[in-house]
Amino acid sequence: MADNIGPDGETLLGIYRRAALLKANDERSRKVITTGRLVMPYYSYRGQEIIPSALCASLTDDDYLVTIYRGIHDMLAKGMPLNDLWAEIAGRVDGTCKGKGGPMHLTYPKKGIMVTTGIVGSSMPIANGLAWGSQLSGNNRVAVATFGDGASNIGAFHESLNMAAVWKLPVIFLCQNNLYGEHTAYEKATSAKQIADRAAGYSIPGVRVDGNDPVEMYRMAREAIDRARAGEGPTLIEAMTFRFHGHVFGDADGYMDKAQKAAAMEADPVPRLRRKLIDEGIATEEQLAQIEADIEESIDAAVEFALASPLPELSELTTDVYGEAA
Amino acid sequence: MSDTLTSEKPAAAKVAQVTMLQAINQAIADAMEADEHVVVLGEDVADPEEGGVVGVTKGLSGRFGEKRVRSTPIAEQAIIGAAIGASLVGYKPVAEIMLMNFTTVAMDMIVNHAAKLRFMSGGQTHVPIVIRTMTGTGFSSGGQHCDYLEAWFAHTAGMKVVAPSNPADAYGLMRAAINDPDPVLYIENMPSYWMKGDSFDADHIVPLGKAAVAKEGGDVTIVSYSRTLNEALGAVKAMEAAGVSAEIIDLRTISPWDEDTVLASAAKTGRLLIAHEAVEKHGMGAEIAAVASTKLFGKLKAPVARLGAPYAPVPFSKPLEDAFAPNAKRIAEAAISLCK
Repeated sequence: MADNIGPDGETLLGIYRRAALLKANDERSRKVITTGRLVMPYYSYRGQEIIPSALCASLTDDDYLVTIYRGIHDMLAKGMPLNDLWAEIAGRVDGTCKGKGGPMHLTYPKKGIMVTTGIVGSSMPIANGLAWGSQLSGNNRVAVATFGDGASNIGAFHESLNMAAVWKLPVIFLCQNNLYGEHTAYEKATSAKQIADRAAGYSIPGVRVDGNDPVEMYRMAREAIDRARAGEGPTLIEAMTFRFHGHVFGDADGYMDKAQKAAAMEADPVPRLRRKLIDEGIATEEQLAQIEADIEESIDAAVEFALASPLPELSELTTDVYGEAA
Repeated sequence: MSDTLTSEKPAAAKVAQVTMLQAINQAIADAMEADEHVVVLGEDVADPEEGGVVGVTKGLSGRFGEKRVRSTPIAEQAIIGAAIGASLVGYKPVAEIMLMNFTTVAMDMIVNHAAKLRFMSGGQTHVPIVIRTMTGTGFSSGGQHCDYLEAWFAHTAGMKVVAPSNPADAYGLMRAAINDPDPVLYIENMPSYWMKGDSFDADHIVPLGKAAVAKEGGDVTIVSYSRTLNEALGAVKAMEAAGVSAEIIDLRTISPWDEDTVLASAAKTGRLLIAHEAVEKHGMGAEIAAVASTKLFGKLKAPVARLGAPYAPVPFSKPLEDAFAPNAKRIAEAAISLCK
């Protein structure tokens, strides 16, 4: 790996800005649900913030993202505006999907957030198509499919990686391995010692990286993105992380190993990056406190904006099913 | 393959008599000529792979290049996923799923994604793809190669479903399907590929959702589509011999189906028979029968009748296969019995 690939201090600070936003947004989401202000199926991503924060440091707004039901961190890192996000998860007309998608189907093409799927494994075939569009038009955009470790066991993973390899598509398959597929531990469901090893079956590069390490994660993502832009085809990245909470908010996560969970939470990657920034003189305590205060304020505003936004008219039930024929 | 597929022609020219297969091929070629965003993908679709197992896309990659006409792995989820993704960024993919039974492998992509992305995104994205697929009994291909599954897709909000019965409609529906802003399943009947039909205008468009009166009549309305429509036309002589004048409606688009044309005809004749090759139970005929029975309650002279395949998988053995799909004889018998 080239040493000059970075990240420099400014990039690391940018990664922290994103990660702090993601962490605060998850904490607020769980609070808003707990206090009964919003009702929705919520899939907490707490603990996985560094992965998309580091990835998106090397993506442009024009690059494509296909993410999954546990993907609000991916979207926020890619630039989904907070007001549009919160109004959507509140089911309101000002939501990015007019309240018709909800937390599992958030979409925001203006920032390249093309599809969010609630079906395990389905981000990959569609990301291939977006990458094929880039290849056809020569516009140099890359597509990223994110998915969990569980999705590497479904057929769509195999079909997608094979086609992407054969067609040399500018796509990055980003597996966020949080060690649990729904309630089932990695070892009980996955034959491969590591998911990255599966790349060999498609003759594409596969790397396992500590997804909670912003430097490593940034470098691996950057390499894969550069490779895709250079026309050298897809990469499988297995970013190791840990999901702090259960599969869906409200489950008691009794199936998770308590010691493993306690250790992961102890090693919380977001405050770890915060300490690193201060220790290395990249930012001061005051600067970071200000960033965090601004984030809280923008989330306050987004929640209030969402709850003040009207609920959709019932006519929306049957609009957007079809478009107007040309 | 006919010269009409490859030679240049003036825009308003008449297309000479061609087969279904040639009409489909020409419609895709003309759409590709008109819009560089039209691309083709599927198993074996490019010329080195002989333009598909039956040759429907033959000549297209030679003319437009293998970048725009791309043979794929045998991987139906990946095929439809690639079509969906490319359609989200401005392309108009025509994806081939070789046989209708193979759509089952891609159902998640079709039903959960292609059909729903417009709605779930609040209209921010849409999926203008055409999924071509062939099916139909007649070649002893048994239980997994010739089902008519159109009702599944018609039941999925966001999908459109078409099934031409003749070359002119095959051309016109394909052009309309490619122009359409939503996903369209385009059903081709395998034994009909080599049938010839009337000539038609180049750039002929058949709007989606519009049925055609294939034959006028006064005693009974027969609604059908795809190959079964031609069986209904083949039943005319026997019906006339029995003194029954049938009006035959070619649905052409299965979803959204043309209620106005069907109900106007059934109101006129007072009798309605729906015939299709798909299994009769829970089929398209049930939907049409329910709507007609409700909207024409009191105006019909007989209960609405349906004629479809038995509730069984498609059999292999020839006499069983021959007895499976409704044919001209059975349609004539059903229509005559309805008029008694």
